[in-house]
Amino acid sequence: MKNSITRPLLLTAALAGSFSLYSLTSKPTVAPDADNAGLKLPAGFGALVVAETGGRARHLAVTPEGNIFVKLNRPKDGKGILELKPTATGKATVSNGFGSYGGTGIYAKGGYLYASSDEDVYRYKLDAKGEVTNPTQPEKIVSGLLNRGEHESKSIVLDNAGNIYVNVGAYSNSCQVKDREKGSMGRPDCPILDSAGGIWQFRADKAGQTYGTGTRYATGLRNVVGLDWNAQNNQLFVMQHGRDQLHDIFPAMYDTKQSAEQPAECLYEITKGANAGWPFLYYNGLTHQKILAPEYGGDGKKLADPKYLEPAAAYPAHMAPDGLLFYTGTMFPAKYRNGAFIAFHGSWNRAPEPQKGYYVVFQPFKNGKPSGQWEVFADNFAGSDAKAAAGRADHKPCGLAQGPDGSLYVSDDKAGTIYRIVYNQK
Amino acid sequence: MFVKKPFVILALLALTSAPAFAQKKPAAKAPAKKAVSGISAATLLQGKSIYTQYCLTCHQADGLGVDGMNPPLAKTDYVLGDKTRLIGVLVNGLKGVDINGEEYHGVMPSQAYLNDQQMADVLTYVRNSFGNKASAVTVSEVKTVRATGKK
Ligand code: HEC
Repeated sequence: MKNSITRPLLLTAALAGSFSLYSLTSKPTVAPDADNAGLKLPAGFGALVVAETGGRARHLAVTPEGNIFVKLNRPKDGKGILELKPTATGKATVSNGFGSYGGTGIYAKGGYLYASSDEDVYRYKLDAKGEVTNPTQPEKIVSGLLNRGEHESKSIVLDNAGNIYVNVGAYSNSCQVKDREKGSMGRPDCPILDSAGGIWQFRADKAGQTYGTGTRYATGLRNVVGLDWNAQNNQLFVMQHGRDQLHDIFPAMYDTKQSAEQPAECLYEITKGANAGWPFLYYNGLTHQKILAPEYGGDGKKLADPKYLEPAAAYPAHMAPDGLLFYTGTMFPAKYRNGAFIAFHGSWNRAPEPQKGYYVVFQPFKNGKPSGQWEVFADNFAGSDAKAAAGRADHKPCGLAQGPDGSLYVSDDKAGTIYRIVYNQK
Repeated sequence: MFVKKPFVILALLALTSAPAFAQKKPAAKAPAKKAVSGISAATLLQGKSIYTQYCLTCHQADGLGVDGMNPPLAKTDYVLGDKTRLIGVLVNGLKGVDINGEEYHGVMPSQAYLNDQQMADVLTYVRNSFGNKASAVTVSEVKTVRATGKK
């Protein structure tokens, strides 16, 4: 951040040549970094490092004024939320910090900033300049959500009718009697689902809500970190983190290769009352089948009860989808409009097979449904293929947000880098 | 399109699962009668094979774990410190404890299905890999913890 003065100038000079025709007729464009912030992108796209926060940057939100709020997993210098102010170059500087709690969720809508700890959801008022007016006295809108260490993060999103949706992840891999123990079978009816393993709906404008006043909106979801509201068909979509360790727990049924390739990470289209079937099933993305979980009598091939929700789309196993964003901007070419970006944090549960992920995927949509093959959009957060394969990525993409100009922002909870991806070609 | 592929997968499953299971049976080996200071190559080899089979998924091939999820086994207080506590981690599992000041959200399941020899070997291997150097864990140390720490 120290050399933020000289570098952009050089870049601007360099870019001035190539974009001179364009800049005569349009608004000034945000200049990407010379190396596109280390990312590999489709032609015409560029990327810049907006800021290095040095914290574990989970989700992020951008206000209409371009202010960026970043939720840190653990407070840094006592601040769990960082505010970044944009500068003329398109980069930003950390200007403020507040909220003494760590967490994941953060979302801006309708003049409010919402943020979550691993137990509670808070709301802050934003003024006309996109500044938080009550940083030390937020409204606590939801409290007492379950946090038993595992799958603890509470991701949040709002719909257009004043509701907030909160993920409460299951504190378990597959609802075994003994979590992750070899051969341990599933708990009958999985009582975890009463208070976790689903999405809860609350009012966005009401203080003092708890489980009792909320609605279990969807269940049978092991752990959701990335979720977003699709405005086209007015519906919630979530990315589930699929179960781990089929081989470790049931070595007679699955070898390490099968365990690395199964189950798929799934995108679900949620309607009220939906049940995606965790822990009773997992989705085999290769055969497109819902398979009865071995903890509940499965043998690797028996099918699950068909009553459970079918995934809307499936992706390679264990890549840990941590961010989901429906792109509604106009900066990117038309094919991206209303499609979904998914930030895959990267796998660990593919070992001893090479790890996978550490990239942002684009999933095309048509009329509010996935349509067509997904593609890797922004790659090389890891720094190299070898680092990705070893699971030793330099950066791990986590949160996604859209800027007022249609830029795509990506947060990284490994090194704390905030990226901004722009499209400058016409 | 649902017809063909599942069968191929099933066939693969049937073929591969049997040998995978057979591998789990520990290879017969000489009883551990090593000198107090020296750690035999055979012990380390045996420990490595148990590590690869039962610990690697979570703690990873390089023993450095997974950020925020599974802790590293390199130079941690648990690995290099009190052996009773270390053996106890395998016998009883571990959850909700900070390791070297860091929080981990995964869970360490009990590895009590390992026999005393296997536990001693894998811990000896861990204490002498990933940059660690420490004395061996013996079968009798494991036996003692198992006898007293039974849940
Ligand atoms: C399911 C994943 C998993 C498996 C399999 C697993 N561990 Fe762990 N292990 C963990 C987690 C998570 C912790 C930390 C728990 C905590 O912080 O409370 C841990 C903690 C430990 C610790 C103490 C903390 C440290 O890092 O020094 C040791 C030692 C250890 N494991 C060794 C092993 C060995 C040896 C095996 C194989 C026999 C093994 N683990 C298998 C997940 C696992």
